[in-house]
Amino acid sequence: MATLALDGIKKSFGPVQILHDISIDLKDGEFLVLVGPSGCGKSTLMNIIAGLEEPSGGALHLNGRDITPLGPADRNIAMVFQSYALYPNMTVAKNIEFPLEMHRIDRSVRAERVAKVAKLLQIEHLLERKPRQLSGGQRQRVAIGRALAREPQLYLFDEPLSNLDAQLRLDMRTEIKKLHQRLKSTIVYVTHDQIEAMTLATRIAVMKGGVLQQLGTPYEVYNRPANTFVASFMGSPRMNLLQARVSGSGGALELSFTKGDRAHAGFVLPAAAAAPLQPYTGREVIAGIRAEAVSIARKGETLGANQRTLAARVEVIEPTGADTLVVLDVAGQEFTARLDPDVDLVPGAMMDFQIDLSKLVCFDSQTEILLS
Amino acid sequence: MADTRDKGLVAGRIFLYLVLIFLALLFLLPMYVMLANSFKPLEEIRNGQLMALPIDWTTAPWRSAWSTAQIGVQATGLRPYFINSFLLVIPAVAISTMFGALNGYILTQFQFRGANLLFALMLFSVFIPFQIVLIPMAKTLGTLGLAGTVKGLVLVNSVYGIGFTTLFFRNYYAAFPVELIRSARMDGARFFAVLFRILLPSSSPIIIVTVIWQFTNIWNEFLFGASFSDFSSFPLTVALNNLVSSSTGVKEYNVHFAGAFIAAIPTLIVYVASGKYFVRGLMAGSVKG
Amino acid sequence: MRAGWLPKLLLSPSVILVLVCVYGYIMFTVYLSFTASTMMPAYEWSGTASYQRLFRLANWNVSVGNLAVFATLYILVTLVLGLLFAILIDQQIQAEGLFRSIFLYPMAISFIVTGTAWKWLLDPGIGLEHTMRQIGWESFSFGWIKQADMAIYCVVIAAVWQTTGFVMALFLAGLRGIDGEQISAARVDGARPWQIYQRIIIPQLGPVFVSAFVILAHMAIKSYDLIIALTNGGPGRATWLPSVFMYQYSFTRNEMSVGAASAVLMLAAIGVVVLPYLVNEMRKVKHG
Repeated sequence: MATLALDGIKKSFGPVQILHDISIDLKDGEFLVLVGPSGCGKSTLMNIIAGLEEPSGGALHLNGRDITPLGPADRNIAMVFQSYALYPNMTVAKNIEFPLEMHRIDRSVRAERVAKVAKLLQIEHLLERKPRQLSGGQRQRVAIGRALAREPQLYLFDEPLSNLDAQLRLDMRTEIKKLHQRLKSTIVYVTHDQIEAMTLATRIAVMKGGVLQQLGTPYEVYNRPANTFVASFMGSPRMNLLQARVSGSGGALELSFTKGDRAHAGFVLPAAAAAPLQPYTGREVIAGIRAEAVSIARKGETLGANQRTLAARVEVIEPTGADTLVVLDVAGQEFTARLDPDVDLVPGAMMDFQIDLSKLVCFDSQTEILLS
Repeated sequence: MADTRDKGLVAGRIFLYLVLIFLALLFLLPMYVMLANSFKPLEEIRNGQLMALPIDWTTAPWRSAWSTAQIGVQATGLRPYFINSFLLVIPAVAISTMFGALNGYILTQFQFRGANLLFALMLFSVFIPFQIVLIPMAKTLGTLGLAGTVKGLVLVNSVYGIGFTTLFFRNYYAAFPVELIRSARMDGARFFAVLFRILLPSSSPIIIVTVIWQFTNIWNEFLFGASFSDFSSFPLTVALNNLVSSSTGVKEYNVHFAGAFIAAIPTLIVYVASGKYFVRGLMAGSVKG
Repeated sequence: MRAGWLPKLLLSPSVILVLVCVYGYIMFTVYLSFTASTMMPAYEWSGTASYQRLFRLANWNVSVGNLAVFATLYILVTLVLGLLFAILIDQQIQAEGLFRSIFLYPMAISFIVTGTAWKWLLDPGIGLEHTMRQIGWESFSFGWIKQADMAIYCVVIAAVWQTTGFVMALFLAGLRGIDGEQISAARVDGARPWQIYQRIIIPQLGPVFVSAFVILAHMAIKSYDLIIALTNGGPGRATWLPSVFMYQYSFTRNEMSVGAASAVLMLAAIGVVVLPYLVNEMRKVKHG
């Protein structure tokens, strides 16, 4: 296993810059997920790590060794592809053995490794089959097996679950996580699915337009998004981003939501939440509140230090089974709340909601960067 | 209402099949005439009619065409030229197919300056009228000492087949899954390992298409054969033409038909056995780029 | 992947062969056409003399005229029949594969073979005319192949017979490539089958028409084997095409520079037809 250092990686095709100065340091055993919308440069970055594409600038170090000038064959990196890329003319066993053969590993060692990997992934009964005789999940296992057999310093996974159906995708996700916990290997994993990123990663790199937006643990990325893009990309339903105005003086700051001539809604901020907003007194900010920070206010209930009430009108009710998503109108702005599945609401009703402000985040209304 | 519609449909279908069967018979007619008359004595062709089946069956025309008919000055029949054609076709097909596979691989999997221009030049070479190269090629073969030899024809047909074979393999490999190649390269496969372990084992369809196409084209080739061979190295098409168009003596139509059929048999067998691949070759040859 | 030395090295034999044996030889022939070569190549520059002589030669002008007649009829008839055959085959018929194979098999056979077959079929002495008279139609007469003004149409018949199946296959692939939902939609909209072909399907076959036209046109210009086997250019020079002219002048009449000039003009004609098509196809590939 190994550490990986990306040092100022750039990539451009003619005048078009695909990657802007990406630097990431991975410790031994880390599971890094590159996530972002399509065209964000995550796949290009992965191909550069793999050696399949050359960077226009910057350097890569694997366990301290400069691998930038090396071809993919010489990097000691294994990759699991989206289409699995199993060689159709070879049996499962031959597929797993192929990279070992290419690296001129002894025949006896090869057989041993194939057996070991097959046992680990429970594909022993498939070894003599051809890839076309396998189901999607089985192909996935073989592809992972082929990567494991090499015992490389680094694993790359390129959207490995996106060709599987929904249920199998969840199962394989768990399995990959188990495998990582067991093998303690260093992994770089590309996906466009933010839930996959949250569940698997030890650290997430959120990318957009070839720029690294945020690098952090799943907790940080979810709760302290570096900007409004990360805030709305990570999490489903997406974080509510409301136009808000900071007012008041001295210690007590008030955050109010208004849009046009609609009714005013707002509250006085708790001290912790108010601190980063002091310089913004009298100015607009963007307030970010997660859907799960909202609940229905009950009469007579005493509010905690970080809780406030907010009046809103119920617009649309979407039960999902485990919980119910409710679209609210807060002073003319749309706001989604995740409520108990058994709440009894009527569209059009004006109600009081209770909001937990301990995880309130605010962004500069111009730069859209987190205020902290 | 439904009744009239059904009646119209049935009448339409019957008409459709009648037309199709008529056309099919029309297309089979020349083959039938050749075959039927190749088993008739010459007298029966002169006095009877071309469409009738033989009354007095004989294989003499076939035996004559194969081993005793006069080709040019010698009475050897078509046999030596049949052998010449095989001696020409087998190496020429093998060489042009190998180059095609190699070129297709390199042109699709590697980037270098001028690759597109190179391919465009190869592609256009498929279309040129070969009259434009006849004179310098004749001179080249003379210089190399290959004029009037089967070897010379092998060279010529291989060279002018490369455009087609490259086109076939390039288009096939351009549609080959990129991830398989990438995966192989990450697994440590280098130039030849990718070609021999990954690409070629999955190339049987295009290899078959190319081999059939080249076999048919080179077997049927006439212009190069007529230009660059002599009595010892005629390919079958040239020998057949000599047999049919020789102006001396009686016109032995039955022998001509038998000879023509002998020349058609190898490609017909290939066509019947693997028509699907033959059609794919035609299509691949027509959809360029 | 950027190419290292090995791919370039392995590509080079083909590149050299194509550059020398295609483009080098083309330039050589072009050069010869500006010399006064007779039986053997000569290298003294003599300007456009051989082109001037070429244009004054009756044999050349007849060849070009014949090509115009042959190419026009051959391309038109083959396109129409090819489309018609494709539509017939497309009617969800029984034994479709068999019919297709029958219409296509002539493409697998040498022009020398089919030329031989048609030569005797069209020959009034033993062929169709003879047969009809044997059957009892005494006044039946079909001797085009022996008539100088009609023989070129015999070449058209044989060439159409040889390639109609190929054009059919092209059109059939085009027909089958059209989205079935469009046809369902047209039927729901009340279109009759022939209206569907006329209004929906055939207008979408434009690219197939273009491909087929280019292929047929270049085959027409290159036609040589069929002429040799069917009529050998005769009667007289009634079925000479530029390809026949080129061979005659270069190799039997010892006027190599004139032969070279005729080959250059053949190449130019093919270039005019094929190059715009190839450029367009290459561009499509780049952008798609």
